[in-house]
Amino acid sequence: MEFFRYLGAGTRESFTKLGRGSFFLISILAGISSVCVRPRLLLKQLHSVGVLSFLIITISGLFVGMVLGLQGFYILSRFGAEETLGVMVATSLVRELGPVVAALLFAGRAGSALTAEIGLMKATEQLSGMEMMAIDPIKRIISPRFLAGFLSMPLLAALFSAVGIIGGQMVGTGLLGVDDGAYWSQMQANLDFRGDIVNGVIKSIVFGFITSWIALFEGYDAIPTAEGVSRATTRTVVNSAFSILGLDFILTALMFGDN
Amino acid sequence: MQHTHTQDTLVGLFVATGIASLFFLGLQVSNLSSFSHGNTYEITARFSNSGGLKVKSAVSAAGVKIGSVKAITFDQKTYESVVKMDIDAQYKTLPDDSSASVYTAGLLGEQYVSLDGGGSDEYLKNGSKIEITNSALVLEKALGQFLFKSAEEKKAPPSPTNDKKGKK
Repeated sequence: MEFFRYLGAGTRESFTKLGRGSFFLISILAGISSVCVRPRLLLKQLHSVGVLSFLIITISGLFVGMVLGLQGFYILSRFGAEETLGVMVATSLVRELGPVVAALLFAGRAGSALTAEIGLMKATEQLSGMEMMAIDPIKRIISPRFLAGFLSMPLLAALFSAVGIIGGQMVGTGLLGVDDGAYWSQMQANLDFRGDIVNGVIKSIVFGFITSWIALFEGYDAIPTAEGVSRATTRTVVNSAFSILGLDFILTALMFGDN
Repeated sequence: MQHTHTQDTLVGLFVATGIASLFFLGLQVSNLSSFSHGNTYEITARFSNSGGLKVKSAVSAAGVKIGSVKAITFDQKTYESVVKMDIDAQYKTLPDDSSASVYTAGLLGEQYVSLDGGGSDEYLKNGSKIEITNSALVLEKALGQFLFKSAEEKKAPPSPTNDKKGKK
C-alpha cells in the first residue's frame, strides 16, 4: 500500500513539474521578443554559452572523428572496402554522433553552468530583487540564455561534425593510407544534403531547445539552498542526457525509419 | 568598452565558424554542389527487370554521371519496370535512339543506368522514351544458367562418342 502511495505521489509531482515547466517555457518564449530589442544581453550569453563551449566541442569532435576513422578502417579493411571510410565517418557523425554527442557535451558544459547560475541567483534572492525593481527576471535573465543556447547548439553540432570528418580524414588518409580522393568522393556521392545534413541540423535544433529549457527550468525551480542548487545541477545533466537520447531515437525513427 | 569589443569579436568568430562548418557540411561533404535542381529534363525507359536500381542511382554515359534516377514504378499491364530519369540539361545532344542498360559498378557495387549513344540526328528531350533497353543482370539467374549449362556439358560429351560408336 505504501508503495502505491509513493507511486501516486511521484506521478502527481512529475505532472505538476511538467506543468510548471510548460508555463515556464511559454513565458520564456513570450520574453524572446524583448531580447531582440536588447541584443547586447543575447551577445553576452552567446559568449558564455557558445564561445566557451567552442574548445571542448572542437577537441571532442576531432578525437571522435579520429577514433571513428581508426575503428572504421579496421572493420572495413576486412571486407576490402577501405574506400568507403569517408562515407562511414561522415554518415555516423552527421546523422547521429554530431548532434547527440555535441548536445551531451553542451548539457554538461553549458547546461549545468546555466542551472547553477540561475539557482544561485534564486538562492541569493537576486531574482526577487529584480522583481522588486519591477524588472521581469524572465525577460531579463532567462530568455537571453534560452535563445543563446537554442542558437548555439546547431552551430556547435555542425562544428563537431565538420571537425570530426577532418579528424577521420587525418587518421584515415594520413596514418592508414586510405586514398584521399576516394575518402571525399565516396562521401559526396553517398551523403544527401536534405536527407542527412538537414536532418542532423534539425536534430541539433531540437536538442538545443530541450537542453536549454531543462537547464533553465531546473535552475529556476531549484530549492534555494546550497544542496538544492547542487541537486538541480545534477538533475539538469541527467534529465538532459535522458531526453537527448530518447528524443534521438524518436527523431531517428521518424527521419531515417523508412529507408 | 574594450571588454565588450573582444566579446563581440569572439561571438562573431564563433558564429562565423559555426556557419562555415555548416557550409563545409553542405558543399564538401554532401552532394549539394554537384546537384543542379531544376535544370534537368526527364526521360523514361522500360526494363523487363531493373534489378537493384534505386531512386537517386546514377545515370551515366561513357562512364560520366549525367543524371539520376527519379522514380521507378511497376507497369501492371506489361509487367515491366518503368524508370524515370532526370538528365542534366547541359547534356542535350543525346541521340533519341540511345540504348539504356542497367549495369553494376564493380562486382557487388551499386547499380546504375548506362546510356549508350545511337546514330540518330534527333535528340532526347523532356518526356522522351528510350526504346532499346537491356535489363539488369540478376546474379542468381546468371549463376543458375551457368550451372545448368555446365551440368549439361558434363553430360553431353559422352553422348556424341556414344553416337559415333553406335554408328560404327
